[in-house]
Amino acid sequence: MTSVTDVSTPVGADVHTLSGAPVVFDNLTRRFGATTALDRFSLNIAPGELVALLGPSGCGKTTALRVLAGFERPDSGRILVDEKDVSTVAAQHRNMGMVFQSYSLFPNMNARDNVAFGLHIRHQRSSQRRAKAAELLDLVGLGEHVSKYPHQLSGGQQQRVALARALAIEPRVLLLDEPLSALDAKVRAELRDQIRAIQQRLAITTVFVTHDQEEAMSMADRVCVMSRGHLEQVATPAVLYSQPATPFVGQFVGVSSRISVTRRGDHVEILGREVKIRGDLSAVPTGELEALVRPEDLDVAVNPTGLGVITHRSFLGATTRVGVGVAGANLRADVRSSLADDLDVGTRVDVSVNARDVLVAASQPAS
Amino acid sequence: MASLELGAEIADPSQIDAPYGAEAPLNKPQRRFRWGRGAILIVTAAYFVVPFYAGMEYSLQRPTGGFSLTPLSQIASAPGFASALWLSTQLAVITMVVVMALMVPTVIYVHLRLPRFRRVMEVITILPIIIPPIAYSVGVLESAPQWLRNSQYLLAIVYVILAMPYVYRSLDAGLGALDVKTLVEASRSLGSSWLMTIWRVLVPNLRAALMSASVLTLALVFGEFTIANVDNWQTIPVWIYLAPTDNPRINTLVAMIALLATAVVLILIVSLDRSQSRNSRRSA
Ligand SMILES: Nc1ncnc2c1ncn2[C@@H]1O[C@H](COP(=O)(O)OP(=O)(O)O)[C@@H](O)[C@H]1O
Ligand SMILES: [Mg+2]
Repeated sequence: MTSVTDVSTPVGADVHTLSGAPVVFDNLTRRFGATTALDRFSLNIAPGELVALLGPSGCGKTTALRVLAGFERPDSGRILVDEKDVSTVAAQHRNMGMVFQSYSLFPNMNARDNVAFGLHIRHQRSSQRRAKAAELLDLVGLGEHVSKYPHQLSGGQQQRVALARALAIEPRVLLLDEPLSALDAKVRAELRDQIRAIQQRLAITTVFVTHDQEEAMSMADRVCVMSRGHLEQVATPAVLYSQPATPFVGQFVGVSSRISVTRRGDHVEILGREVKIRGDLSAVPTGELEALVRPEDLDVAVNPTGLGVITHRSFLGATTRVGVGVAGANLRADVRSSLADDLDVGTRVDVSVNARDVLVAASQPAS
Repeated sequence: MASLELGAEIADPSQIDAPYGAEAPLNKPQRRFRWGRGAILIVTAAYFVVPFYAGMEYSLQRPTGGFSLTPLSQIASAPGFASALWLSTQLAVITMVVVMALMVPTVIYVHLRLPRFRRVMEVITILPIIIPPIAYSVGVLESAPQWLRNSQYLLAIVYVILAMPYVYRSLDAGLGALDVKTLVEASRSLGSSWLMTIWRVLVPNLRAALMSASVLTLALVFGEFTIANVDNWQTIPVWIYLAPTDNPRINTLVAMIALLATAVVLILIVSLDRSQSRNSRRSA
């Protein structure tokens, strides 16, 4: 498996007014005993950009964020903020706003005092603090709850106060560690949009940690996919989805079917068609190969003498996803729902690939 | 996908009521044990009230029959009482300040940095209860610097050790109810120093724990007899036992008042503790 450590020019930087600070993770390594939580991790973030760190649990996302915040010291590597090395600066002097996964409001303070806490520490005058706290609570839509205590607020409201508290100190970077994961689906979707709108309005450089690809894809300017402490690929959501650079990304982002293939030079043969291999040919492993194919890259057509059989179907709205059993493999394909009427379970079909190029990976033992 | 999940939820009707159903049965278990509880409460109360009543009766009864409150007014002028009270008060304050200054940072440090060390701490801090107090007084006396050896404040050092188990447990429970790591990191990321974090974030949320630790320490200092007696310092408990008053009823009366005061303070702590844990439970 190859990792793409090439840090390409951030996309999305030009759409914002550039007021946030640029952030550079420079070749960071952090070990905990035998675990390498960060493995030569590098990433450039443009001013005002929202980058999502996406990856399975335990891949090092939180560690990366905590190193940036100053709660964790890297074993090697540097953190640059505004082109200055902050690796040895204590957390309290880094001026970064952080929203945590678990509820982190101070239980002894009401919403206003929570938001004003950082200003209090900065010795701002009381009237100034109150005005600023009220303004920020308005911004997150909690203007009416200034004097409520954390235990009087719902989970979603608490996270919004936490966001206001993080923003109150006018941080140079906003750090969000799975802030929505404890909330239920509806609140999560609302808050996701709200966070993104506020982030764009303030043009604040933001690092958003999540294991939910939908969350990452819908919010971020760029998504950084991590696995086992290192960077797999960083790209815009569209590029990440349509051109995953590594099999890990192909498998982790979106849904892919794996189809056994044999290589012929720079092509592989899939379901009777020659398709170009995507990416660096020298990185293609030897031995048994499989192609990773997205559901929308497969065409399904009814044919009584076809080799495939529909094994299940589920209605997703505009599209219908069908399972097709062919040559011992079970593939997933998406068809327009208006064309899916006659694709009942048991129907014989032809399956073909309509992609220009495909990602190939070493064959995995059948699970 | 979304449509599938929606379908699944509706297919399981028990889930529709779940958010409301979850809150309803909260009060049920309390009803069931009401009688058993009442009986236990009465027996326990009798165990405390009967001796207390007997003590009060003994000290306030007039030889001629009937009760009088004059012994109360005689307490203050009883020989040795004022100096004993002053000594005990000083010892209590010193012990509280020292034990808190030592234990608050220690317990916070253990919670944050050495969570696996908590078991070891539990064992270490229980030692003062296991080892006979007299052993400490000898040990402390042996190891104390010369200038402290003849000072009455040496007792405070012994009391710090004796108070440690209670203070540790109380603070440990208080911190256990908080998400200390997240609170500390939130505070630090907002620009707060360590001291500021302890003072403005942790201590206010440990109010009940600190309160009960203080009162337990106070009760300990005002109740400890053996060591003070061996070292020959006339603290309140020693005075109660030994005071050369012409009226032993006054000694008993002081003991009863001390008992009553401790009981009242303990009841206050328990109610304070309850209202606080109710708050933190809801916010958790
Ligand atoms: N303080 C720590 N002590 C020991 N191991 C840790 C610590 N923090 C993280 N790890 C380990 O480092 C790896 C990465 O953790 P983390 O960054 O929290 O992952 P993620 O946030 O992506 O789920 C995990 O294997 C985790 O067990
Ligand atoms: Mg994490």
